[in-house]
Amino acid sequence: MLTQILRLALLTLSLLLPTQMVRAQDAAVDIPAQVTALGEASLRELGAIVTTLASTGDPSVVPVLTALGEGNLYLDETSGAVVIQRGSSITDPLTGEAVDLGADADLSRIRVNNGLRRDISAALSGMTLMSDNPGTRLSAAQGFLAKPDAANLPLLDEAIAAETEANVRSAMQAARAVTILTSEDASVEDKNAAVPQIVSGAGRNAITILTGALANAPDEVKPTIQSAISGLEQGRAVWGALQNVWFGVSLGSVLLLAAIGLAITFGVMGVINMAHGEMVMLGAYTTFLVQLVIRQNFPGLLDYSLLIALPVAFLVTGAIGVGIERGIIRWLYGRPLETLLATWGLSLILQQTVRSIFGPTNQMVIAPTWMSGSTDFFGLAITYNRFWIVIFALIVFFMLLLILNRTPLGLQMRAVTQNRRMASAMGIRTPFVDAMTFGLGSGIAGLAGVALTQIDNISPNLGQNYIIDSFMVVVFGGVGNLWGTFVGALTLGVANKFLEPYAGAVLGKILILVLIILFIQRRPRGLFALKGRAIEQ
Amino acid sequence: MSKAQDTMLYLNGVSVAFDGFRAINNLSIIVRPTEMLAIIGPNGAGKTTMMDIITGKTRPDAGDVMFDGRTDLTKLDEAAIANLGIGRKFQKPTVFESHTVWDNLEMALKKPRGIFAALFYTPSDEDVARITEILETVRLLHRKDEYAANLSHGQKQWLEIGMLLAQDPKLLLVDEPVAGMTDSETEETAKLLREIAKTRSVVVVEHDMSFVRELGSRVVCLAEGAVLAEGSLDQVSANPVVIERYLGR
Amino acid sequence: MLTQALFRALDKKAVWVIGIFLAVAVLVPMANLLIPPGQFGHVPTYLVSLLGKYLSYAILALALDLVWGYCGILSLGHSAFFALGGYAMGMYLMRQIGTRGVYGNPTLPDFMVFLNWKELPWYWMGFDNFWFAMAMVVLVPGLLAFIFGFFAFRSRVTGVYLSIITQAMTFALLLAFFRNDMGFGGNNGLTDFKDILGAPVQAQSTRVILFAATAIALALSVLVCSMIVNSKLGKVMVAVRDAESRTRFIGYRVEYVKLFAFTVSAIMAGIAGALYVPQVGIINPGEFEPGNSIEVVIWTAVGGRGTLIGPIIGAIVVNLGKSWFTSALPEFWLFALGALFIFVTLFLPKGIVGLWKQIFGARRKKAEEPAAPTPAQSADIERGEDPSTFDSVQPRPAE
Repeated sequence: MLTQILRLALLTLSLLLPTQMVRAQDAAVDIPAQVTALGEASLRELGAIVTTLASTGDPSVVPVLTALGEGNLYLDETSGAVVIQRGSSITDPLTGEAVDLGADADLSRIRVNNGLRRDISAALSGMTLMSDNPGTRLSAAQGFLAKPDAANLPLLDEAIAAETEANVRSAMQAARAVTILTSEDASVEDKNAAVPQIVSGAGRNAITILTGALANAPDEVKPTIQSAISGLEQGRAVWGALQNVWFGVSLGSVLLLAAIGLAITFGVMGVINMAHGEMVMLGAYTTFLVQLVIRQNFPGLLDYSLLIALPVAFLVTGAIGVGIERGIIRWLYGRPLETLLATWGLSLILQQTVRSIFGPTNQMVIAPTWMSGSTDFFGLAITYNRFWIVIFALIVFFMLLLILNRTPLGLQMRAVTQNRRMASAMGIRTPFVDAMTFGLGSGIAGLAGVALTQIDNISPNLGQNYIIDSFMVVVFGGVGNLWGTFVGALTLGVANKFLEPYAGAVLGKILILVLIILFIQRRPRGLFALKGRAIEQ
Repeated sequence: MSKAQDTMLYLNGVSVAFDGFRAINNLSIIVRPTEMLAIIGPNGAGKTTMMDIITGKTRPDAGDVMFDGRTDLTKLDEAAIANLGIGRKFQKPTVFESHTVWDNLEMALKKPRGIFAALFYTPSDEDVARITEILETVRLLHRKDEYAANLSHGQKQWLEIGMLLAQDPKLLLVDEPVAGMTDSETEETAKLLREIAKTRSVVVVEHDMSFVRELGSRVVCLAEGAVLAEGSLDQVSANPVVIERYLGR
Repeated sequence: MLTQALFRALDKKAVWVIGIFLAVAVLVPMANLLIPPGQFGHVPTYLVSLLGKYLSYAILALALDLVWGYCGILSLGHSAFFALGGYAMGMYLMRQIGTRGVYGNPTLPDFMVFLNWKELPWYWMGFDNFWFAMAMVVLVPGLLAFIFGFFAFRSRVTGVYLSIITQAMTFALLLAFFRNDMGFGGNNGLTDFKDILGAPVQAQSTRVILFAATAIALALSVLVCSMIVNSKLGKVMVAVRDAESRTRFIGYRVEYVKLFAFTVSAIMAGIAGALYVPQVGIINPGEFEPGNSIEVVIWTAVGGRGTLIGPIIGAIVVNLGKSWFTSALPEFWLFALGALFIFVTLFLPKGIVGLWKQIFGARRKKAEEPAAPTPAQSADIERGEDPSTFDSVQPRPAE
């Protein structure tokens, strides 16, 4: 009884609300009665009731219709009441208050079919076009866009006139334009005028909508639609290209991280370190271990475990690098091919060692919260882990530039790169520089390993997946100039991602390899090779 | 072009730069047939770079390099230039160390250089005689079956000169031939080069002034990639600019 | 001309090596067929095939030695040529299966039926003919090496740069052959062979004949290599290895010398692959793994590069070791292999043959034959230059 009074009061209130645009031609509609009628109505009757309810324009019917469309509107066979059931909560459809139906309630779903469901959503869109919430109005406009109906034109006109938000209005205009374009009795001029509005207002769906409209459009309008479609497709191509550039930059930054250590050891010492990939792998396993220790002992620091792993990985792999240089490589100077073989043997040993300790299966490093998820940057989907890796690669690169250009070690390294004999004659301890260079290169590989834990599986073969690509970067970029590595890595990354859609991932990679093999014919010393007599010999 | 006629080697306005550093700067030099020319100059004067340009190792940025009055050397690679008849001896002796002295000469001997010609090559009596003759000239006959690696520094120099002779070139470029030689060896080398220059053109780069004097040839002094002075050794070494820039005091 | 070259090829050492393998080609089959099982001296059939596998590896190692040991080109892609030869043979063997496949299709191999292919791709045409397939065994690796080498050597890509792009080449082929739509069986490769020239592949007699063919092929490879390295061309190859630019200045076209060695070597590798496939019964893209190519390098290094017998010894010894390790201590094989790489490069640059010469040759031949410098040493000599000349600087990165 109380609820009925309340319902009546609400109804009266809603009718009296001056701000609310009430489109109800027939104020006499008894909304609660209509709602109750839903319970026993046949499908056809349901359609009529929906139309009636929608025609009231009363916002209180929105939840009713929504629930009906979703299939959440139920009839209690015992009391004859119509209620909304979502999970275990049962509410009154008009007031939204909880209803206690008692123990003997017997709920049965009010069934709708697809046709009715469409009618409901169109009706809802019409109503929600007038909502206070701009978001609701926008989705309503999009609902019309998806299901144009000439009958809704006056409604749309009204809504457009009242709309204050520019983006919502343009969506509404697009919906109106689609309606005009698809209606049979609109004039050719109107239809032509409608096309640009669809382009500007319909967003990503514009091409689909226009393509759909093309078939039934009068011949006079077809050219307009055609040119609009091609314009949109160009736009989409540009957008797709931007997305590809981002993917390419992301891949390129991974390549940069993996290759840059290789580049300095090769540049300074003329040594190809085939075990470089294993340094990356060891960096990744160090990260795994650091996280393991932190999880067990300092769970509060878990989010920072990657940051803590960075210096640890650098020191671990750097120390191993110095050890390799002192133990093996220094005995092989001037014999680059032998160095290549010895370091390859070393890489086999390192892989097998890790496999023996950690097993051949993949290990996991949990991503910190600040690296999970993604963001939408003007329509570009950017995942945070990729984003941070790009930033990290840039930081490492510029730090390395600083080290090379601004520190005594860097000066010595450059001197040795350019003229080892002269540097040695001037009192630079070239063995020390070699060891430090190798340590630095290996340490950076370790840093790369930390970054790679976020995008790749940690397995003993991790390094193998990157080593050939890293070689390609170094060969392509040229030796003796870090910018060569930088440009090389980004170029290869972007080129890879651009070839992929046309050639597929594998064929794209093959193409890249073939292109590099051809490129090296033209410039046997890479993009940024040192010039001069010094190198020509 | 007409100027290039009747010359064995003709360099006109040759320049080359490495990363902005002009190693050779508007260099012009002429060598006539059966003429010996000695080139002196301080380190970094561009002597070796000049040789690199003539033998096709380095491409000049500008200028003409003509051989025998008609062949443009800037368009050819090292092997083609060598086969035209330009032989080069390097600053440091470069012989093929893991070959015997005899094999070094056999490879250098003027014969078709093609792959299959080399694969099916069998030395004729004539070839054997010629190699023996050269070995006698460079005094290495008694060591003909030894690996070149086991020769002394001076002997390697001589072997390399022997290889030049075996190539039978029209023009010899000889870079510091007497470095590391004893005085008597130096004297012998000068004699040998003078002998060679009776039938061929020879360009010698050398620092050793007494050796240059023994050659008794025209002298060009290079500095900073250009000709500083030219003439007989006495004229050049009396030139005040040369004294200041090269000879000192 | 040819007779003289052949005469030169058959120097004392080469005659021995060739003789040994010709004898092996006869004796091992006899030990298998004539001596009954269980009796002393009997060689079981599985062992015959295993030895045949080793000998095909020996051909591959010899091929690599021709380019690396004699010409200084460290190819890290030689197993690509081996695998291409193997695939050509595998394609012939696939076509011989005929209707005996799982799907019973008379022309299409099973994997094509599985992929719903309706007709044979053009590049499979002709492979039902043995001699056409054998021509491809030679032509495909040879042509690839020729084209690749032509571009690489003409642009003077040398040293580690060349090594790395050969590795990229085999890696690209690895990726390509893994693809199903390439039409080479994808991941699984080619297998389940039935007949070769009408004889069942699995039969004892076939296996013995394949072994003999491999041993004879090895003897012929030694002959060809001996002919090359004993000619003036062989001397020029060594000259290219030790002092490339000097060789140019005496008028040899270094790029053609290298191209010749590389192409001949690739053809030998292809033949080795073709002999390998019917004896192991499968060829798959794994053969293109860059790691395989590097293993070939280590066989050659272990045996002693720059000699003809060295790579053969190396291939057999290392693979015997591998067979033993992978059955006895599988965990440790990679440790052993890795250590072998390091040990040989650091302590045994001339390999087993070098060690042998050092121990036994030094006493006997000291006076008459002074030791030749190792390739590595002479490469050093070329690279290191006169310290007094500052205007002739060279960076350490080798060519």
